[in-house]
Amino acid sequence: MTTGTGDGLVWLDTPAFPEAARTALADTQLRGNLRRATGTIRDKRLAVTGELADWEQLRAAGAALKRRTLRHLDCYLVELEESVTRAGGTVHWAADADQANRIVTELVRAAGADEVVKVKSMATQEIGLNEALAEAGIAAYETDLAELIVQLGGDRPSHILVPAIHRNRGEIQGIFRREMAAWGRPAPEGLTDEPRALAEAARLHLREKFLRARVAVSGANFAIAGTGTVGVVESEGNGRMCLTLPQTLITVMGIEKVLPAWSDLEVFLQLLPRSSTGERMNPYTSTWTGRTPGDGPQDFHLVLLDNGRTATLADTVGRQALACIRCSACLNVCPVYERTGGHAYGSVYPGPIGAVLTPQLAGVDKAPSLPFASTLCGACYDACPVKINIPEVLAHLRAEVVESKRRSHRAPTPEALVMRAAAAALATPRRLSAAQRSARLGSHLLARKGRIGRLPGPLRAWSDSRDSPQPPAETFHAWWRRTHPGETRSGESR
Amino acid sequence: MRVALFITCFNDTLYPETGKAVVRLLERLGHTVEFPADQTCCGQMHFNTGYRPEATPLARRFAEVFAGYDAVVSPSASCTGMVRDSHELLTGSRPPQVYELSEFLVDVLGVTDVGAYFPHRVTYHPTCHSLRMLRVGDRPLRLLRAVKGIDLVELPAADSCCGFGGTFALKNAGTSAAMLADKADCVLRTGAEVLSAADNSCLMHIGGGLSRIRSGVRTLHLAEILAATEGDAR
Repeated sequence: MTTGTGDGLVWLDTPAFPEAARTALADTQLRGNLRRATGTIRDKRLAVTGELADWEQLRAAGAALKRRTLRHLDCYLVELEESVTRAGGTVHWAADADQANRIVTELVRAAGADEVVKVKSMATQEIGLNEALAEAGIAAYETDLAELIVQLGGDRPSHILVPAIHRNRGEIQGIFRREMAAWGRPAPEGLTDEPRALAEAARLHLREKFLRARVAVSGANFAIAGTGTVGVVESEGNGRMCLTLPQTLITVMGIEKVLPAWSDLEVFLQLLPRSSTGERMNPYTSTWTGRTPGDGPQDFHLVLLDNGRTATLADTVGRQALACIRCSACLNVCPVYERTGGHAYGSVYPGPIGAVLTPQLAGVDKAPSLPFASTLCGACYDACPVKINIPEVLAHLRAEVVESKRRSHRAPTPEALVMRAAAAALATPRRLSAAQRSARLGSHLLARKGRIGRLPGPLRAWSDSRDSPQPPAETFHAWWRRTHPGETRSGESR
Repeated sequence: MRVALFITCFNDTLYPETGKAVVRLLERLGHTVEFPADQTCCGQMHFNTGYRPEATPLARRFAEVFAGYDAVVSPSASCTGMVRDSHELLTGSRPPQVYELSEFLVDVLGVTDVGAYFPHRVTYHPTCHSLRMLRVGDRPLRLLRAVKGIDLVELPAADSCCGFGGTFALKNAGTSAAMLADKADCVLRTGAEVLSAADNSCLMHIGGGLSRIRSGVRTLHLAEILAATEGDAR
């Protein structure tokens, strides 16, 4: 059964980031798949964002709209509930993953169903809904192609937008051939690794599920407080099938997804596809408002999920992470993600946004290595369509991790001791000079021909891949003192 | 104009030649540089690793030491970024005006041709903090293009991080090494003899990798190229 923070938010069987990354880095197939895939999406995004003269204004508008909405989230959520209810839908409030899973399970049971079709949704991944439904004897079928690949492969998503980015077409062919039969219609005889053939196999496999399903579960890209309209943006049309064919539709949505007005979509329907798939416009944008008699699902439920969001909102620096529209541009430009892939982050939210979102939603103690899984290079901040300053939040969360360790450990960690010693050495030039002297003496023992090779102990992490320079005989301070006696100014003593 | 040099603790210890080059260069351009001897460190390593209480006294000390100068110039983009972006958060007051060297030359002194001579094939890595924190843009390249004798070649995937990231290189050594391998590969593809940048920390990391594979490519801070003249035998 799911824990308080949900199955998907923090994968308990994944080690800390550095260790999980080591495994990923050694997987040459994965490295190749990621390099090709992120490179392709990166170039597409640059092309379609570069062609808009007002792209920077759009980003600014998106950032401002999200921040204003988050400031007044309480009001907009109540307004959304009223609007959805007025339109014939039912709103449920879920404080955490368990509660959300219970609500959805009961709704599926009440509809008399033992299976559901699913639209790709990060919120339901976050709460581990599929696993919770399975416990209750309800089968959940993913209908997004990449989610299908992940589900059939007994795998986990490694990217927010393209969860099977770590797979290439040969691997997908194998998964379809092996696994489809156990889930429904088997893969066609002689299935090749041609993208068209793979898509056709998925289409045939899924079609019978769409036509049979009585209940669909979706996430939401946005919900409009003023009208109660909920929307899903997608590329494959599987979402449209799920959102229109079944009798009952259950949407699980994080509370931060609310937008004040329909007109706000002007901004986000431009920002999202260009940032995520690198398309000018996504193929399918589905919106629905409550229930329309005789047309589409006759029973609509909106589950509003907190699961750590209110706590995140209380953090004045960290709250900007809630502005995320799940485009995954930050993943595609991240040099760390490009090397490690998503699984190393141990969460359904990988990459830079995951490194700031997961520790906040679950608590920093649940994912203390994630805020450090970045060089603070800033590529994510530049790419973010709603201008989330991810490096700022990372540095902020690092301080929280360190503070939390200070509180919970009676004795300081070795790292804390080193940091304390360094701070003491840097406190005055005299102490700095003493530290430099001992470093120079130490280096003489290690250097050969001015170069320091492999080092023992904790410095091995550095010296395994790099030589180090030998500290020169004279520091700059010392040189200045020698060449400018009694002076602070240059040019006067010479 | 009273100009102070902020050498940074890292350059002070490991790369004093870079500091001497800044002094030589600015004096050649007719400016007097002061070196406040009480300076130590901007606190970047502590701040970026999460040790804010340890970083705060360093930021305070920085403000005291460099108060009263019209400009502070530093041969480190990341330390300049630390002061500019994060010191106010620690000290509660606006920090002294610090310029990274290329900003100071181009924006404050208004020069791009600094009269340098450097007859070598050079490629330039625009470090992340100079590019995305300080937004120095093409200032370093404009300065390098004006250097006499230089054969400046473009670095492929230049804006990709080299994988240093301060304590990242220790905490996530494997990922850092993977990024380093790709950066080194790009450097080698240029056929350059010299790799330059606005930060010796990134150069120590990339240069350490280039040295480990015995590539024969050397690293040199931007300041040292700009300070070189026909009289030098570099």
